[in-house]
Amino acid sequence: MRKEIRINLGPLEGIPMGQGHCFRIEGEDIAVFRTRNGEIFAVENTCPHMKGPLAEGIIGDGKVVCPLHGHRFDLKTGEGSEASECVRSFEMSIENGNVFIAYVPASEENVPC
Amino acid sequence: MKKRLVVVGNGMAGARMVEEILKRKRDIYEIVMFGAEPYGNYNRILLSNVLNQSQAPDEIFLNPLDWYIENKITLHTGVKVTHIDRKEKKVYALKLAEGDVPYTTGIPEEADTDFISVPYDEVIIATGARPFVPRIKGSDFPGTFLFRTIDDCDLIAEYAKNCEKAVVIGGGLLGLEAARGLMTHDLEVSVVEAADQLMPSQLDTEAGRILERAMGAMGLRVLTKTMTSQIVQKRGKVSRVVFSDGGVLDTDLVVISAGIVPITEVAQRSGLKVNHGILCDDQMRTNDPDIYAVGECVEHRGVTYGLVDPIWQQVNVLADVLCGVNIDAVYTGSITGTKLKVMGVDLASMGEKETEDIDDEILIYRDPNRGIYKKLIVRNNKIHGAILLGDVDLSDGLMQLFMNEKTLPENRAEILFGAVEGTSLFDASDLPNSAQICNCNGVCKGDIIAAIENKNCSSVAAIGTETKAGQGCGSCRGAIAQIISSVVGEVAYDASEHYYVPGVPLEKSQLVREIRSQKLKSVSKVLAILGEGMEDPTTKTGLASLLKTLWPKMYEDQRDARFINDRVHANIQKDGTFSVIPRIVAGVTTPEALLRIAQAAVKYKAKMIKFTGGQRIDLLGIKKEDLPAIWKDIGLPSGHGYTKAFRTVKSCVGTDFCRFGLGNSISLAEQVELRFQGIEAPHKVKMAVTGCPRNCAEAYVKDIGVVAIEGGKWEIYIGGAAGATIRKGDLLCTVGSHEDVLKYTSRFFEYYREHAKYLERTYGFVERIGIDLLKGILIDDSLGICANLEEKMQEAVDAYQDPWKEAEDPVYPFQFEGPKLIEVLEKAENNG
Repeated sequence: MRKEIRINLGPLEGIPMGQGHCFRIEGEDIAVFRTRNGEIFAVENTCPHMKGPLAEGIIGDGKVVCPLHGHRFDLKTGEGSEASECVRSFEMSIENGNVFIAYVPASEENVPC
Repeated sequence: MKKRLVVVGNGMAGARMVEEILKRKRDIYEIVMFGAEPYGNYNRILLSNVLNQSQAPDEIFLNPLDWYIENKITLHTGVKVTHIDRKEKKVYALKLAEGDVPYTTGIPEEADTDFISVPYDEVIIATGARPFVPRIKGSDFPGTFLFRTIDDCDLIAEYAKNCEKAVVIGGGLLGLEAARGLMTHDLEVSVVEAADQLMPSQLDTEAGRILERAMGAMGLRVLTKTMTSQIVQKRGKVSRVVFSDGGVLDTDLVVISAGIVPITEVAQRSGLKVNHGILCDDQMRTNDPDIYAVGECVEHRGVTYGLVDPIWQQVNVLADVLCGVNIDAVYTGSITGTKLKVMGVDLASMGEKETEDIDDEILIYRDPNRGIYKKLIVRNNKIHGAILLGDVDLSDGLMQLFMNEKTLPENRAEILFGAVEGTSLFDASDLPNSAQICNCNGVCKGDIIAAIENKNCSSVAAIGTETKAGQGCGSCRGAIAQIISSVVGEVAYDASEHYYVPGVPLEKSQLVREIRSQKLKSVSKVLAILGEGMEDPTTKTGLASLLKTLWPKMYEDQRDARFINDRVHANIQKDGTFSVIPRIVAGVTTPEALLRIAQAAVKYKAKMIKFTGGQRIDLLGIKKEDLPAIWKDIGLPSGHGYTKAFRTVKSCVGTDFCRFGLGNSISLAEQVELRFQGIEAPHKVKMAVTGCPRNCAEAYVKDIGVVAIEGGKWEIYIGGAAGATIRKGDLLCTVGSHEDVLKYTSRFFEYYREHAKYLERTYGFVERIGIDLLKGILIDDSLGICANLEEKMQEAVDAYQDPWKEAEDPVYPFQFEGPKLIEVLEKAENNG
């Protein structure tokens, strides 16, 4: 059974424009991104390749580029540029200027790929 | 918004220029044209037909006034541009008074001061040429004419009505054309030529004589070896010409047609570089990047042209460049050959007309009865020169053989009279695989075919990326295209390979022009205005680097466009921690600084302390959230060991302690490093200054290396590398002082910043441009840009700020913060 928790990550301004920021939720690091056209995305922070911090990556064209070796991940689906590399992505929403994540902890049923 | 293009000159070059632009892109420019003559554009070559009344003036118009209206071109006729204010970016012009000669040198005097001023984004100067008037006393008397415009023709024709005799001064092409025109007015015409033959630029003596006889047979009197010294008037009218040998010739009318000189005053008054003509580079750019020139007013690689073919070539290149159709288009000069008809006599001429070399073969065929003369000079089995008179059927084929330096058939009769199967023309597809196609980079035809067949290269650009062919001077690009089409049938053009960044469809120089003219100062602005909706991450970082270069102080720093290293001024490591490298200028430090560094390393638990290849101290394993504090504790500025910028100057101990030192490398290294520290570039730039050629600081393999040699001199090397690529730098120059080292390294560094592709290291850049060209540009100032390079570098130096100052004042929220802890309440919603 999926355990989805809706969590307030605080005001939108907590994430720099066009960048990501890392949030630690129940011990897991989640990279949350705010695009210049006002959208919010979230994926696992840890790159499956060599554990690079995705929150520090550049975003563009709906993808984040890992700062270590340039592997790319789709912000919406978590799909990776390399075979059998992808990350979990999360449903996001903004309410009254606050960012909410529908967080689902990692589990055996919840494997991205 | 459309850019405004101002075209100065509405002659054949100016109008053709506009036509070619409109043919390529109809909507990029708002076009304003100035023409000193009161007409649209006409075919000046046919002026003699107007003079001999075989054509009416309106028959030689190429673009009547309606054409300008239809194409929404604002045309100012009878208006002469006086100067271009390059600071204000405005073109100034004055209305000519009735009767003013359009091609006089002066500004209309006592003209009302009502300057017409038009702001511009870009200007093309196409002012053409004016008749050359030799020093002849009395050349301003009524009855003396020049022969350049429709109005000139009208004036001559009108005046000729009351004349019986005419003298044409000048026995070249134009003079003979004028003579032909005058003869139709039932005048007794004499042509006076200072050389000992007619058409001395195109024909040898014998051909000149044959032509002279042919002209004589048609009733034209020819006086060669005759200099005109004076024109004498009687009752206010021309009455005779006096020659320097004392001879005289009665005449009622004189036409001076002794050649042309480029019209360059507008360029001169605007501070552009002018020699014989307006100096232009291979893309017809003057020393002002927003001002171009084409046509007879241009001096390109030391040559001015008075024929139309070179001008069409120039115009096509510039149109390709301006419209972005082929931003690599270059005009490398024209090998001129002429084919023309003089008074019904056909002639063609190419290359040299005489030879002194006894190894040259000279083939001559004479058929005096039919007035035919053919001469070919063959050097090393190739055409070195050719003259065809009376029979020019083979001239097109010979022109191809000549221009392409093609080997001639064994049977020389074929080049005089034509091969049985017809003359074969040059085609690169005929060449053997061993033939070198790109001489700059030494690429043979076989290499190119291999790239086409094995790597699927189908564009000239792709071949260039694969083999480097065509990446030097570019003159072989046509041959490369021929080879591609012979192998795969069609040549693809992939402009994107030349884009500075993938997401903006512009080559670097175009991108720079757009950014400057539209004053775009942030990455998001550039992407919104010039981009194609692609927000490719490499695009962003490349643009950020370029913008910081272009707007040193006014750049709007959007950190999301930058790599993490440039967001937090430290180099990210594989575990997500960062490295901290303080600036230790020239690798020289103090005990106090070392103590602070050591204490900081302990306090912030550096995982490793390492000396770098550039003689710096690197503290590894520092957490992002500790960066501001460790910088403050160390108390030194950033060493920029994380960014595409000027990094370090490695030095040796030089003269202070070393017993071999020839130059004070420490002091020079310090000066250089303090000047260039942190300045953004397309890629990292590492330097070294070494005190003698033993090269302890490894200067020969740095991006910029400075080596002290005997006699108090310094050698400056550029384009060295000792990473994945090993390359010894090329010697740029040898100078005698620290000031000169700073001067020439500044020029090179700025030129690299402005012209290199993003992520192109200096070794690739120097190889691509070529050291000889760079010496010309940076030492001899062949493009006239050195002052600007120095100025731009100074601006960058002045704009330098230590990024580690952000420790006190982060530029965006949470810049230096680690993960934010989120507490999850027990009663969180459960939607499962």
